[in-house]
Amino acid sequence: MSQRFINWFKFASPASFYPLAGKAWPWFAALATAFCAAGLWISFFVAPTDFQQGEGYRIIFIHVPASWMSMFIYCVMAFWAAIGITFNTRLSGMMSSALAPTGALFAFISLWTGALWGKPMWGAWWVWDARLTSELILFFLYIGYIALTAAIDDPRRADKAGAIVALVGVVNVPIIYFSVKWWNTLHQGASVSLTKAPTMATTMLWGMLLMALAFWMYSIAIALYRVRAIILERERHTTWVAELPEMQR
Amino acid sequence: MNWGSASEFFAMGGYGLYVWGSFGVTAAALLIETLLARKRVADTRRALRRELAADRNDQD
Repeated sequence: MSQRFINWFKFASPASFYPLAGKAWPWFAALATAFCAAGLWISFFVAPTDFQQGEGYRIIFIHVPASWMSMFIYCVMAFWAAIGITFNTRLSGMMSSALAPTGALFAFISLWTGALWGKPMWGAWWVWDARLTSELILFFLYIGYIALTAAIDDPRRADKAGAIVALVGVVNVPIIYFSVKWWNTLHQGASVSLTKAPTMATTMLWGMLLMALAFWMYSIAIALYRVRAIILERERHTTWVAELPEMQR
Repeated sequence: MNWGSASEFFAMGGYGLYVWGSFGVTAAALLIETLLARKRVADTRRALRRELAADRNDQD
C-alpha cells in the first residue's frame, strides 16, 4: 500500500492529468463544434456585405481568429515553459509540445488566409510588411520549437531547450500585435481593440468572436487529446500506465 | 439573408476562389490535424499494449 502511495506521488501530475484530460477533451470539442456552427452561420448568412470589399471580406471570420489563436497559443506555451523551468514540472513540457503543432497550424492558416485576402484587395499575395513578416517569424518559431524538441532524444532536455525558444520567442508576440501601430503598414490597423469601440458592424464582430471561441475550444480539445499520447509515450515504463484499463489485453 | 440562390452563394460576389480557398483549407487543416492526433493516440496505445504483453510473456 505504501509503495503504491509513493509511486502515485512520484508521478502525480501526468498520472492524474491523463484521465482528467480524457474526460475534459470531449466537452471542449462539443463546445468548439457548437461555436463553429453558430459562427459560420453568422459569417455567411447574417453578417451583411461589406460596402468596400463586397463578399471578399468574409475571410476575416477565420483570418482574425486564427491570427489571435496563433499569438495566444505561443503565449500559453511560454507560460508552460516558464513553469517548467521554474518548478521543473514534467507536465509543462508535455503541454508545450502538445500545443506547438496547433499553434503552427493557426499561424499557417493566418498567413494562408491573409494571402488569399491580400491578392484581391491589395493586388499581392505577399508583401514584406511588418505585420506579415512578424507573423511569418512566429510561424518559424513554432517550426523551430518542434524541430528542436524533436531533435533531442532525452525528453527532459528537449523540454528545457524548447522552453528557452518559447520564452525568447515570446517577445515577437507584442511586436506582431503592435506592428500596425509602430510601423506604417499596408496591413490595416486593428478592427477590434481593448481600448476603443470596434470599428465594425455588430453582427460582423459577433461572427468573429464566435469563430475565435470555436478555435479556442478546438485548441484546448486537441491539445488535451494530444497530451494524452505524449504522456503515454513518456510514462510507458510506469506502473500506472501498465494498469490503465485500455492497456489490458 | 444575403443570397438569392445557391450559385450566388458559391460565387461570393466574384471572390469565390479566395473565400472558399480560405475556409476550405482551414477546414481541411483542422480535419487533418484531428485525424493525425487520433492516429498518434491509437498508435501509441497499440505499441504500448504490445510492449506490455511482451513483458508479461517474459515473466510467465
